[in-house]
Amino acid sequence: MSTSSVSKGCFVFKPSAKKKKKTTALSLEDHFLHACEGDENRELRFHLCHDLWDKIKTNTEALQDELNRNILDSLLDFTRKCSSTRRHSDWASQMRASEIPTAALVLGVNVPDHDMTFKSLSDLLQQSVTPHVASVQAKECGALKHLMKRVLERLMDTVVDDDDDEEEEEEAEQAGAPLNKAVHCSLGTLCAWYNAKTKKSNLGTPGKKRSSPASDDSQPPPVVIIFKDLEAFNPKVLQDFILICSRYVQRLPLMFIFGIATSPSTIQHMLPHSVSSLLCIELFQSLSCTQHLATVIDKLILTPQFPFKLNGKVMQVLISIFLYHDFSVRNFIKGIQLALLEHFHSQPLSVLCCKKEAALLNVMQLGHLDLERIRKLQSFKRYVEKQEAQEQVNLFTDDSHLKGVCQKLIKDLRKYHKNYYPILRCLHTLTSSLPRYPLGKQIRELHLICLEKNIWENEEYQSAMKLLKMMAKDQLIGLLQRCEEILRPVKSKKMNRALVQLEDLLAKFKQLDIAAEPPPPSVEDRITSPVKDLQKKTDLFQLQKALLEMNESRRSKKLSPFEALRNEALEFIDSLVKSHLSPPESQALNEVCYYASSATVRRHLNAAPRTSIQAALSSPYYYLQNERLQTADGLVSNAAPDICIVYKLHLECGRLINLYDWLEAYATVVSAAEGDEPGSDSFGKVDDVRHARFIRAVSELEFLGFIKSTKQKTDHVARLSWGGC
Amino acid sequence: MSALVQHPGYDEERLQRVCGQLPCRDVQAGMLLSLMGQPHQYSFPSIFIYGHRSSGKSHVMHVLLKELELPHAMVSCVECLSVAVLFEQVLLSFFGCDAASLLPRSPSLSDFVRVYRQQRSQRPAEQTRYIVMEKAELLRDADANLLPALLRLQELVEDNVTVILLSEIVWDKFRPNTGCFEPLQLHFPDYSKAGVSQDKHPSHSAEFYSSYINILLGVFYSVCRDLRELRHLVRHTLTMKETDTHKLWRNIEPHLKKAMRTVYLREVSSLQWEQMQQMEEKDTGAVRGLSAHTHVELPYYSKFLLIAAYLASYNPARTDKRFFLKHHGKIRKTNFLKKNEKTSNHLLGPKPFPLDRLLAIFYSVVDSRVAPTASIFSQISSLVTLQLLTQVSHDDQLDAPKYKCAVSMDFICAISRTVNFEIVQYLYDFL
Repeated sequence: MSTSSVSKGCFVFKPSAKKKKKTTALSLEDHFLHACEGDENRELRFHLCHDLWDKIKTNTEALQDELNRNILDSLLDFTRKCSSTRRHSDWASQMRASEIPTAALVLGVNVPDHDMTFKSLSDLLQQSVTPHVASVQAKECGALKHLMKRVLERLMDTVVDDDDDEEEEEEAEQAGAPLNKAVHCSLGTLCAWYNAKTKKSNLGTPGKKRSSPASDDSQPPPVVIIFKDLEAFNPKVLQDFILICSRYVQRLPLMFIFGIATSPSTIQHMLPHSVSSLLCIELFQSLSCTQHLATVIDKLILTPQFPFKLNGKVMQVLISIFLYHDFSVRNFIKGIQLALLEHFHSQPLSVLCCKKEAALLNVMQLGHLDLERIRKLQSFKRYVEKQEAQEQVNLFTDDSHLKGVCQKLIKDLRKYHKNYYPILRCLHTLTSSLPRYPLGKQIRELHLICLEKNIWENEEYQSAMKLLKMMAKDQLIGLLQRCEEILRPVKSKKMNRALVQLEDLLAKFKQLDIAAEPPPPSVEDRITSPVKDLQKKTDLFQLQKALLEMNESRRSKKLSPFEALRNEALEFIDSLVKSHLSPPESQALNEVCYYASSATVRRHLNAAPRTSIQAALSSPYYYLQNERLQTADGLVSNAAPDICIVYKLHLECGRLINLYDWLEAYATVVSAAEGDEPGSDSFGKVDDVRHARFIRAVSELEFLGFIKSTKQKTDHVARLSWGGC
Repeated sequence: MSALVQHPGYDEERLQRVCGQLPCRDVQAGMLLSLMGQPHQYSFPSIFIYGHRSSGKSHVMHVLLKELELPHAMVSCVECLSVAVLFEQVLLSFFGCDAASLLPRSPSLSDFVRVYRQQRSQRPAEQTRYIVMEKAELLRDADANLLPALLRLQELVEDNVTVILLSEIVWDKFRPNTGCFEPLQLHFPDYSKAGVSQDKHPSHSAEFYSSYINILLGVFYSVCRDLRELRHLVRHTLTMKETDTHKLWRNIEPHLKKAMRTVYLREVSSLQWEQMQQMEEKDTGAVRGLSAHTHVELPYYSKFLLIAAYLASYNPARTDKRFFLKHHGKIRKTNFLKKNEKTSNHLLGPKPFPLDRLLAIFYSVVDSRVAPTASIFSQISSLVTLQLLTQVSHDDQLDAPKYKCAVSMDFICAISRTVNFEIVQYLYDFL
């Protein structure tokens, strides 16, 4: 067993926690192993996947804490300040004492992400400012009574008396002591409780919870109530609650935190002036979710740290779900988790998707079946085609030779990633400030372009390069210096070499500054002389020719040393881009690391209920997997469930459907399915059972929203969908 | 003032103290005292006091009862989630917590009366007991028998008790249709301009302070008579020294105007205003008010859903064909202008629309093909929780729910600008 500690010593490892973890992991593992592709190494893959996800998770959590730190710190300061000014006795703060200090925390519309912020906020508050923190959500506070009850429960950690609660009543009666009645639901009770609590702690018997180092004992800790989603609260409830609280604010150091998803003006929409004047509102704005996403992508995706990668299409799906639908970073990370699981679950070669040493080891342990899989990989085939004939034969026949090659290829892939990201960042720094952003404002856009195809064949890239060639000196030097900073920490031979070259270039730029030579006069002479000639020419053709020549000469005029150097620098950048930013598909064995099934991700994350209902109704085989239901395209077998038959028949009708005709058609289909002879009496006859089945199917269809009853015509129903016939 | 001091049965020194604490309210206080009579005398069963917010109702009652040490219970009706809390508080303050615990769970009015009588027989009133109910207008929403019973509580419990109701609404709005005992009504008028300037400040001389208040009132009295608000303003604007009075006269007006925009509306919290004052020399306007932040970031499709909702709310459904069909033929505005529809829809406010219409408009407005996925529908419901849309039909109605758009024209224009959508071209009112 290992510890994270650097020092040598004895460490206690509690077995219980580990065991617990194992049991839960076991069930997870069972799920994972069930119906998993490639039997041999699935346990190994599960562990790789699990470890990798743990690492990603801790990383993102740390990242989010970091991002929220600013706003949380300022909130903490605010609470501290509020509880301290309460004690001041000067005129102004005495007057302010009647107001309830309130922090309006604007978090943005990505509501799913807020939970985490609030959790860390209340944890921090409890650690450093006050033990009395209660957070409430709108859905649990429909009425004032419920809100009051929740607040009291969470602050006092007790069950609060509720008149509706009959069980408790019985209990109280059984106890036969009306004096011991559970506390009543009012702020008065809270006040009494708070006084008792603070008095006790002042006497020097601090409870376990009351170990708050920041707050002095002389200063009672504030009581913080967090309203997680202000918009969803019933305004009346909130108003009454604030009115009640303001009556107690002299005795009870209350404080509110409003979580706001839209804009702070909602406070004014929800609370009338008479109520909002009881609050002393201060505004806190959190980081916008797009910035948040940018940081997550920067730290999680654009790094060689994690061997698992997403290909362009999957990235595109995840990003578009974020931008188009929910703005939720949490859901984005969940999407990555899904992709990760799917990758390890469905790709047997994902055993190689791990740290370098482990991957090399795993290559040696690959079985024959896995090696065959490698030989079938698209990227590997392409690699083989480039080899010589003898080598090709060797690769296809000699397993141990293939293993050796695979090791080399894995190493290459790692090197590729190591160089890819720094160069991507450099290119982004250079292009992100260009007018009209030919390669995108955000680095993720550039990344997507690079994943798709060779970026240097892209038109936007060409235009970006043209724009760069017109850049002023100071600006260019600044950008190059930033590139230098990006390249410096990278530990890779190629990058070190690039860094040296870049430094050289920068040094040359600096020399230019020192030796600012006078402009060569010859150029001007050459330009002015044809102008003189021009006046002599009278022929139109001659004139045109002369003008063209002039243009030529101007273009090919001798470059100033700065321009030459600029071109040199840009050519250098271009060469870097060409050698390192090729799309991952071009790399051999990229399938090991890259997850490519965007359809799966889309299907799981962006569910389309209507499409799946239609799929189920029109081709029941898709879900039921029953051989009897398999039919040619577009047809429904007559053995299909009733609702499918009814659905299929209704597609052939117009806007209004005659129920009786429908029933007859249904009866015909069903009797064919039951094997009745087409000539016999009972064929197509409606008996009670068929009638009942038909009615049930029709009402199911109505429930699903395909038809509805209508009064336009008797015995007809209206169709609610178009097309089909 | 002398009227207040001479009331038989009360200590003169105490009356003097009361008098000092109640500037401009001596007439009302005197009236109340004479109504209350001497402590041991029975008083009128119920008194109804009304007056605007912060016209000193609660303050007068509080000071009178506290200073004269009369047995009383002050109850705010906002706080009484159930009548149980009300009864409990009354019993608690008259007879101690033992009495309060005698009440059964979820007590009825008769329980209260029973417990009260039982306690009274043990401890009969030597002085009139007072029950003061603040924000009495909320009693109208309580059980129908509560208000009539409170008005004649004296009879019911056979005790020397008086119920005083404080309200911002006149008695006419209270009277239940079954009829009830008429309480004695008393009106508290607003503080006059002269009265307000009698306020005192600890660190400034009375003369300076009252003239300062006069300037302030010149600006604010026309928009605000609320004493509490005026105090709030005074506190925030009064930061200068007494010596530079002359300079003050010239410089103070724009300052106060700014305060009217921000402090009065509580756009800026008191703490921020103070910081603003300290930074004043360097730069102004660094702190923006609450309503300055109206920008809301929304996901791409949510923006279009909101735009579609706005269009559905403000365009008549008949005109959808003209706006969203490619080949709608030539339909002029006059063709579908009905007589009663000459008023602008924007003046009438948003109209409800069914979900189907919203989605139909959404699909024609959004430029790319959108699959009807679950997340589109969940975005609609999250727009409802964000209060950008409101659901008109009942929550239980799963079939064809109806919505209204709850955002302003400016807001939707800002939103549509971010997605390059010319909303004005699609609005019937601006055709």
